[in-house]
Amino acid sequence: MPVVMEAGRISRALMRIAHEIVERNRDVEKLALVGIRTRGVPLARRIADNLHGIVDRELPLGMLDITLYRDDLMRHTVGPQPLLRHTEIPFSIDDRHILLVDDVLYTGRTIRAALDALVDFGRPQAIQLVVLVDRGHRELPIKADYVGKNLPTAVRESVQVRLVETDGADEVLIQQPAEEELT
Amino acid sequence: MATRSTPAAGQPPVLLKGGRVVDPARGVDGECDLLLRDGVVAETGRDLPVDGARVIQIPDGLVVCPGLIDMHVHLREPGQEYKETIASGTAAAVAGGFTGVACMPNTVPVNDHAGITSMILRKAAEAGLAHVYPIGAVTAGSRGEQMTEIGALRDAGCVAISDDGHPVAEALMMRRALEYASMFGIPVINHCEDPSLKGDGAAHEGHTAAVLGLRGIPGAAEEVMVARDVALSELTGGAVHIAHMSVAGSLRAVRSGKERGVAVTCEVTPHHFTLTDEQLTYDTNWKMNPPLRGSADRDAMLEGLADGSIDAIATDHAPHHADDKAVEFAEAPFGIIGLETAIPLVLDRLLHSGRISIGRIVELLATNPARILGLPGGSLAPGAPADVTVLAPDAATRVRKDTFRSQARNMPFEGWQLRGAVAAVLIGGRTVYVNGDVGAASAFDKS
Amino acid sequence: MTPGAADGGAAGGAASHLSRLRSRHLLSAADLTAEEVLLILDTAGAMREVGTRPIKKVPALRGKTVVNLFFEPSTRTRTSFEIAEKRLSADALNISAATSSLVKGETLADTARNLEAMAPDIIVVRHQASGACHMLADICSSRIVNAGDGMHEHPTQALLDLLTIRDHKSTFAGLKVAIVGDLLHSRVMRSNVVLLTMLGADVWVCGPPTMMPAGIGRLGVTATSSLDAAVDGADVIMMLRIQLERMSGHFFPSLREYHELFGLSRARLARARPDVIVMHPGPLNRGVEIASDVADGPYSVILEQVSNGVALRMAVLYLIAGVTEGVD
Repeated sequence: MPVVMEAGRISRALMRIAHEIVERNRDVEKLALVGIRTRGVPLARRIADNLHGIVDRELPLGMLDITLYRDDLMRHTVGPQPLLRHTEIPFSIDDRHILLVDDVLYTGRTIRAALDALVDFGRPQAIQLVVLVDRGHRELPIKADYVGKNLPTAVRESVQVRLVETDGADEVLIQQPAEEELT
Repeated sequence: MATRSTPAAGQPPVLLKGGRVVDPARGVDGECDLLLRDGVVAETGRDLPVDGARVIQIPDGLVVCPGLIDMHVHLREPGQEYKETIASGTAAAVAGGFTGVACMPNTVPVNDHAGITSMILRKAAEAGLAHVYPIGAVTAGSRGEQMTEIGALRDAGCVAISDDGHPVAEALMMRRALEYASMFGIPVINHCEDPSLKGDGAAHEGHTAAVLGLRGIPGAAEEVMVARDVALSELTGGAVHIAHMSVAGSLRAVRSGKERGVAVTCEVTPHHFTLTDEQLTYDTNWKMNPPLRGSADRDAMLEGLADGSIDAIATDHAPHHADDKAVEFAEAPFGIIGLETAIPLVLDRLLHSGRISIGRIVELLATNPARILGLPGGSLAPGAPADVTVLAPDAATRVRKDTFRSQARNMPFEGWQLRGAVAAVLIGGRTVYVNGDVGAASAFDKS
Repeated sequence: MTPGAADGGAAGGAASHLSRLRSRHLLSAADLTAEEVLLILDTAGAMREVGTRPIKKVPALRGKTVVNLFFEPSTRTRTSFEIAEKRLSADALNISAATSSLVKGETLADTARNLEAMAPDIIVVRHQASGACHMLADICSSRIVNAGDGMHEHPTQALLDLLTIRDHKSTFAGLKVAIVGDLLHSRVMRSNVVLLTMLGADVWVCGPPTMMPAGIGRLGVTATSSLDAAVDGADVIMMLRIQLERMSGHFFPSLREYHELFGLSRARLARARPDVIVMHPGPLNRGVEIASDVADGPYSVILEQVSNGVALRMAVLYLIAGVTEGVD
C-alpha cells in the first residue's frame, strides 16, 4: 500500500493550516473547532494546539458524531451500520466561526450531514471546512477552505488516514482494490 | 380409495390369506387366514379353502388386527360443520386405521337428547365409513345442573356418557351419574380437571409457561379430580373412565383404584406420550387440554402404557378451523386433530422404541376400547364384525396435512418422519381404505 | 468500504465492537446476546446527548413511519416511545385499543394485515396477550418492537433499567439485584431476569409463594419469600407494581399485610449496601409496594429510569431501523 503522506508531512500540513486560519480570521476569539468523529477529532485537537502556539489562546473544541444525520439508514446498504458515538459540543456555537475538521473529503456527504448537525446546535456566524486530504469525486457542492493535501485518486481506490491517537501511527495510505474485485 | 357403501348381503366372501393376525382378545398372534362373510368373521384358521371367496393375499410384514376403535373424538356435527362433519371425520378415521369412533357430545346443540343421538347415527350411516358410537352428555347442555335421560340416550345408541370439554365439577352430580348410569351398564367418561385450579390457564404450569408468560394449568388440577372420581367409583360401583390422562399423579390414583378392584379405566393420547411442554412456543397448534406436560409426566404415561395400567389410546381428535386458531395463544381454542397421525406415532414411539409389543398396541386400540364401551368389535373371533385394520409397521410415513381427509389441519406434527403406517381398512368385509403409499397397496384392490 | 462513511477512511478503529443487531424485531430480551445488549446501552448512552440540545431532534428516521399500536392503556410507555420517535424525526402514529377496530371484533391478525397494507416501517406493540408480538412479526413485514406483551416480556423496560444500573454501578457481574413483588404476572421481571443473569448479576426474586411462577429456579435466580434475605447486601432493589385486583385472585389477603411483608420501607432498606439504588417501573402504589420516603428518598433512581427510557427507546428504534437483513 503506497504511503502518500508520512508523519512529518502530516505535521507540517497541520501547522500550515493553523497559520492560514490565523491569516484569514481576524477575530481569533470567535473561533471554535469541531472535529468529526472519528479522525476529525484528533486532527482538530492538533490544530487547536498549533493555534495555541501561534496566538496563545485556548480555543473551544467539540466533537461531532454525524451518524444520526446520515442519509443511508434503512436503505439496505451493504456493510455494518456505523456505531453511534457521543457528540460533545460543550460551548454555544451561536455567532462563532466554526472550524469543521475531518480527515478525508470525498463525496461531501459526511460534510453535508455535519452541517445539518451543527445547525441543530445553534446559529454560527460562519463555518469553515478543514480537511487533511481532498481526494476529489464530489457528489455535492462542497469545497474545503483549508486542505492539507490534494490527492487525485480513482473511485475504486480507497484513502486511509491513520493517526497516532486512533491507529498508533501517522500516515496516509492509498489502498488499491482487492485482487478478486479486479477479476 | 375410500368408498361410500354400506355392507350388503349377497357380496362374495373375502378371504384374507397369509397375514400375521394379532388378536389379543383370543390370545392369537401368528400366521392365519381370515374369512369374512355377510359382514362378520366367518372362520379363522390356517390354509382356509378359497371356495369362491375374493382372495386378498396379505403381503409379508403386514399385521392384520381387529378394527381399531378411537374412543374419544370430536366430530363437530351438528352445529360446527365448518370445523368437521361426520362425513369428513369418519373419512379421516378410516384413513387413520380406525373402523369405529366414539364421538363426544359437545356439539351444538349438545348431544343430551335421544333425537340428537339418532341424527348423528343417521348421518354416520349415510357417510358409510367408520362406525360412529355416540357418547351422550351427563347433564343437560353439559352445564352440570340437570342429569340427562341416560336411559333414552342409551336406547338411542349412546355407548357412554360424558360432559367432555367440561368436567363434571360437582362431586354429588358425579356420584349420581355413576350410580344412575350403572343401571344401564355404560361408563361415565370424565374430563378430569378442577375448574378453579385450571382458571384461565393456557399451558402446563411449569418452566416453559413461566418463560412464555402463559397462565399455567397445574397437573394437580387433573389429579385431584381423578382421585375424587376413583373414590366415587369405589363408593358407587359405577364404571368411570378417565379421559386423556396426562399426569403421573392421575396414573397413581388410577393404579391404586385398580389394585382395590375399582371399576376405573383410563386413556392417553398420542400427543401426551410423544410431546412435552418443553417444545411449546406461541404456535396455537400446540395448544390442547390437558396441556402438554413435563417429561416426567410424559415418561409416566409411557410407563403406564407398558405396564398395563393404561387401558386405551385415544386421539381426542379436536378439529378447529384455521381462523379459530389464528389468534393469540391465550385466546385460541384448545385441541389438535389426531385421527390421521395416531397410528404412525403409536408404531414409531411405542413399537419401534421397544416399549410395547404389537399385541399390546392392539389391546390399547381395539380390544380394550371395545370392552370398556361394550362394543361388538375389538376381536376377530368367529361371529365378530368383519372390521379389520391392516398395519404396515415398517412403512415410512411423512406427516403432511395436505393429505388429510379431516377438514381441519390443526396439529403440531407437520413434516414429521415416522416409521409405521396403516395399510388398509375393511369394514363389514368391504375395503374402505387402502394406503397408496404403502408398497403392497395393489393386494387390496377393491373389485 | 461503507458508502455512507466514504469521506473517512472507515476501516480500522472501533471495529472490535458489534455495530448492529441481528434481528429486525425486538420481540423478547431472550433473543438478544450480551454483546447486543451492550450495543443498545452504548447507543442509548450516545442518544442521551440529543435530549440536552436546544433543538431536540435528529433526522435519523426522517420519512419513516412508526405506529404505536397499543391494545392496553399505557400513558408512560407510549409517551416514552412517542418522544423517542419524534426526537428521531420519525412520523409517529398512535393507535390505541379504544379507537381500533378491535372493539368491533376484528382479530389481531386482521388488524395487523390492515396496518401492514399501509406499510409502516416499525410497529411498536403493547398487547395483553403473551406472544402477540411474535404473531405480528410472523404476519407483517414491518419491524416489530415489543412494548409489553401479556405476562411475557417488556424488553425496552428491562434495557432502560440496565442503562440506569450502569450509570450507578461499574459492572453487572456479581451485582446483587433483588426483584420484589408480583413475579407471576410481571413481564418486567421476566425481561430483567433474562438480561441480568446474562450479564452475570446475582439475581434474587422475592414475593409471596402465590405470586412465584412455577419453575422460576430454572431461570438462574435465587427465589425467596423473605424480603430481608432479598434486600440483604443488595446493590440494586427493583420493586414491582402490585396490581390491586390481585387480591380477588386469592394471591394475598390485604394490602396492609402485603406492605408489611413485601413493602420496601426505610428500615428494610438499611439492610442493603450503602450505595444501593432503588428502582420501580411505575406507576407507583405509594404505601403498598414502596413507602413514599423510599420512593422519594436519596437512593431512588425512579425518575432517572423515566428519562433513560427515552434515550433507550431512541437507541432501539435506531438500531432496529438499521438492521439490513439478508445482505451479508
